[in-house]
Amino acid sequence: MVQVSMTVNGKAVSAHVEPRTLLVQFIREHLRLTGTHVGCDTSQCGACVVHIDGKAVKSCTTLAASCEGAQITTIEGLAHGGKLHPMQQAFQDNHGLQCGYCTPGMIMTAVDMVNRKGHQLDEATIRHELEGNICRCTGYHNIVKSVAQGAREMGGAK
Amino acid sequence: MSATGLGASVKRTEDIRFITGKGRYVDDINRPGQAHAYFLRSQHAHATINAIDFAEAAGSPGVVAIFTGQDIAADKVGGLICGWMIHSKDGSPMKAGAHPALAQGKVRYVGDAVAVVIADSYAKARDAAEKINVDYGVLPAVTDLKKAVGAANIHEAAPDNTCYNWHLGDKAATDAAFAKAAHVTKLDLVNNRLIPNAMEPRAAVGDYDSGTDTMTLYTTSQNPHVARLVLSAFIGLAPEHKLRVVAPDVGGGFGSKIFIYAEETICAWAAKKIDRPVKWTADRSEAFLSDAHGRDHATHAELAMDAQGKVTGVRVHTLANMGSYLSTFASSVPTYLYAPLLSGQYNIPAIYAEVDAIYTTTAPVDAYRGAGRPEATFVIERLMELAARETGRDPAEFRRQNFVTTFPHQTPVIMAYDVGDYAGALDKALIHADYKGVAARKAASAAKGKLRGVGFSAFIEACGIAPSAAVGSLGAGVGLWESAEVRVNPIGTVEILTGSHSHGQGHETTFAQLVSDRLGIPLENVAIVHGDTDKVQMGMGTYGSRSGAVGMSAISKALDKVVAKAKKVAGHVLEASEHDIEFKDGKFTVKGTDKAIDFGSVALQAYIAHKFNGQELEPGLKESAFWDPTNFTFPAGVHICEVEIDPETGIVNVERYTAVDDFGKLINPMIVHGQVHGGIAQGIGQALMEGAQYNSDGQLLTASYMDYCMPRADSVPSFNVDTIETVCPSNPLGIKGCGEAGAIASPPAVINAITDALGHEDIAMPATPAAVWKAAQKRPMKHAAE
Repeated sequence: MVQVSMTVNGKAVSAHVEPRTLLVQFIREHLRLTGTHVGCDTSQCGACVVHIDGKAVKSCTTLAASCEGAQITTIEGLAHGGKLHPMQQAFQDNHGLQCGYCTPGMIMTAVDMVNRKGHQLDEATIRHELEGNICRCTGYHNIVKSVAQGAREMGGAK
Repeated sequence: MSATGLGASVKRTEDIRFITGKGRYVDDINRPGQAHAYFLRSQHAHATINAIDFAEAAGSPGVVAIFTGQDIAADKVGGLICGWMIHSKDGSPMKAGAHPALAQGKVRYVGDAVAVVIADSYAKARDAAEKINVDYGVLPAVTDLKKAVGAANIHEAAPDNTCYNWHLGDKAATDAAFAKAAHVTKLDLVNNRLIPNAMEPRAAVGDYDSGTDTMTLYTTSQNPHVARLVLSAFIGLAPEHKLRVVAPDVGGGFGSKIFIYAEETICAWAAKKIDRPVKWTADRSEAFLSDAHGRDHATHAELAMDAQGKVTGVRVHTLANMGSYLSTFASSVPTYLYAPLLSGQYNIPAIYAEVDAIYTTTAPVDAYRGAGRPEATFVIERLMELAARETGRDPAEFRRQNFVTTFPHQTPVIMAYDVGDYAGALDKALIHADYKGVAARKAASAAKGKLRGVGFSAFIEACGIAPSAAVGSLGAGVGLWESAEVRVNPIGTVEILTGSHSHGQGHETTFAQLVSDRLGIPLENVAIVHGDTDKVQMGMGTYGSRSGAVGMSAISKALDKVVAKAKKVAGHVLEASEHDIEFKDGKFTVKGTDKAIDFGSVALQAYIAHKFNGQELEPGLKESAFWDPTNFTFPAGVHICEVEIDPETGIVNVERYTAVDDFGKLINPMIVHGQVHGGIAQGIGQALMEGAQYNSDGQLLTASYMDYCMPRADSVPSFNVDTIETVCPSNPLGIKGCGEAGAIASPPAVINAITDALGHEDIAMPATPAAVWKAAQKRPMKHAAE
């Protein structure tokens, strides 16, 4: 067993875990934050994306022990003061989700995309950047619209 | 139309929990004291099980129990069933081998569950399973549909590995049409095997309460009541009143979560056996191996036409791969969900279909989005496109010439089309797709060294399945009605209990729109309750695009009863005859007066029951209904795909995709369009990239996202989606199903576009870059038109 300590959604957490414990298992099973999902076992689908020190990372291929001292944000930590994050709001506004399973990972990836690429994202950029996130329901059409709106509104545009 | 009523693109109310990480899927459920199951699966496609040695595994840390097929046999756990009886041409019933939840004596596909290890943690269960030694006697595998008859026998009960030889239609009339034909078009088509890949893997938690002798199963199901029925009546886990099945938020289904599987059966059974909750969640590799797959047909198809271009006959012979066992609805897919759609949108006087259902040592094959109808649409739309090209006709006008134009229309293969406007959809699609500009765009592509092509798909499908007596006469083991209960609370808020199940379709919004519209109450005063057999008495679930046409019709019928009862209450309160009470926009008024009372006040009056005689009029306001459809619904439309191919790389770019569909009345256009988008992407996936591949030993080569190519955001374009409307006459809302249309229509549109670009007669799905590159190196066929 190893001791891990990190900050998750602004709250300090620590636990003794098996060394093989993945970050996603730590988040889901130890912290009971079940918004982060597991959709595959080959790091392809992106349902498990969280932010580690501000960067999007697939938590299904990250050992919890490697996140010692890190700042983690999960989908549960995105909204503040009862107000949805602009990217969350954009997904609802544009029907960017159906079953909702890939959605937390999509939103976390999209926020990271905006942080890296800015607020004016064209369709080709969004589609290319979403390469690591699979959705089976929406055909991506409305996800692309959602990300474009969310990007604009994260920049303060309405 | 109000902002939240029928026809409004209301934002989905259920989204809030999903976008904030508060959805509750089966894997999010944990029960006190739960143990975890790991299934040891066969690594052989076909083998006898001579012995299983789990002595070492049993002593592994954290192991609670290990069970094999012998244990479930000893407990008389019933086998998994197929609920649709098909009879062969000779009248004999289909031949279904036994399907135990844990293999007994023999394994029949890679992934067949051999043993279950239950331990304190999933990791410990998995560690222990590695210590189990199974002595297999390996038998020959057969994965090729065309080689299975005569190969090593998979089920003793099914000689020649044949489940049935079925047919539909008038053979003599069809042969006569071909004998007289001026032109015959022939194609050999493979409808490639697909793996559904809902993003949430299947999962189950079994929980047994010995105090009350009740069992609860949380499971990823599209139809929890059907699961309860099968687990109770056939598998024998517990009687229905002692078995609760809960399907909470479910992360996509596409058919794959209709079926009753081994793992959920074992979790429920084992929870009682060890008196601890038992949880299992598939990893993606297990999902690839053990979820029911879809499609997998090999078809020889022929179309006859006269000299004027009128189609006079269609003849098909299909081999359908059932996999190793007959899954829950597998037998219906290549028969009654397939051949009755071979008439397409066309007036074809003679059709004959023969279908041989064949076992192979592969995962079971069952319904996947569209189920039979995509296979039929692929056959007829590939034939129509090729026939037009062979005879020098414009593919759009050739279709128009053969469209059914008067309704009702009885096809020669069961279906009675109720209403449609096929030319109307075609006209609109031609405009949206800028069909007139195709020649210029082809020239522009050619100037860059690229190949451009356009493909049509004028699809029809039959969904909203279906009148119970009709499906019963075709072999279904169940009725296909839907149930609803409307509970009006004393303060006028409403709970709707529905037998439909939402796993992405947005029922919490659309169903509430209907209630809001009919009762004149705000959307937020309506709650939709589904997915729990303890709350909803009975239901048939969600598949086959039936929740709108059938599920909402049941709600509509129950709402009628609520309004009728409420009018009686209002009559007493307003001191008028119930016949003089009018109800509109949430208000009851007395005809010709200004006397009025709102819906909430009537609800309260119904419960306090002071204003009427409780012996003559029952207090309360709660009504239920079962709706049995009077016909299938027949959504139809025209899809036009335009591709550009780089002959140097074989890469196919879908440049434009236009869909004009007729779904009758729309409840929520935003959600309808979303369903179409998703279906089109799945169809483009089938046409260009997806395909399950087994090697000759029966190993699944495409068992991860590294090997099975899923459509990504950059593999599809944005879609141009529109609708026309002919009102469905067979349900009170005038709606037709929209859930599967995209996946049904799109594969032939894409393949027709590619073959147009290449100038080839055919290209097999998936048309991967390697396949397209190879095809582009060959000389094109000569078109009669050229």
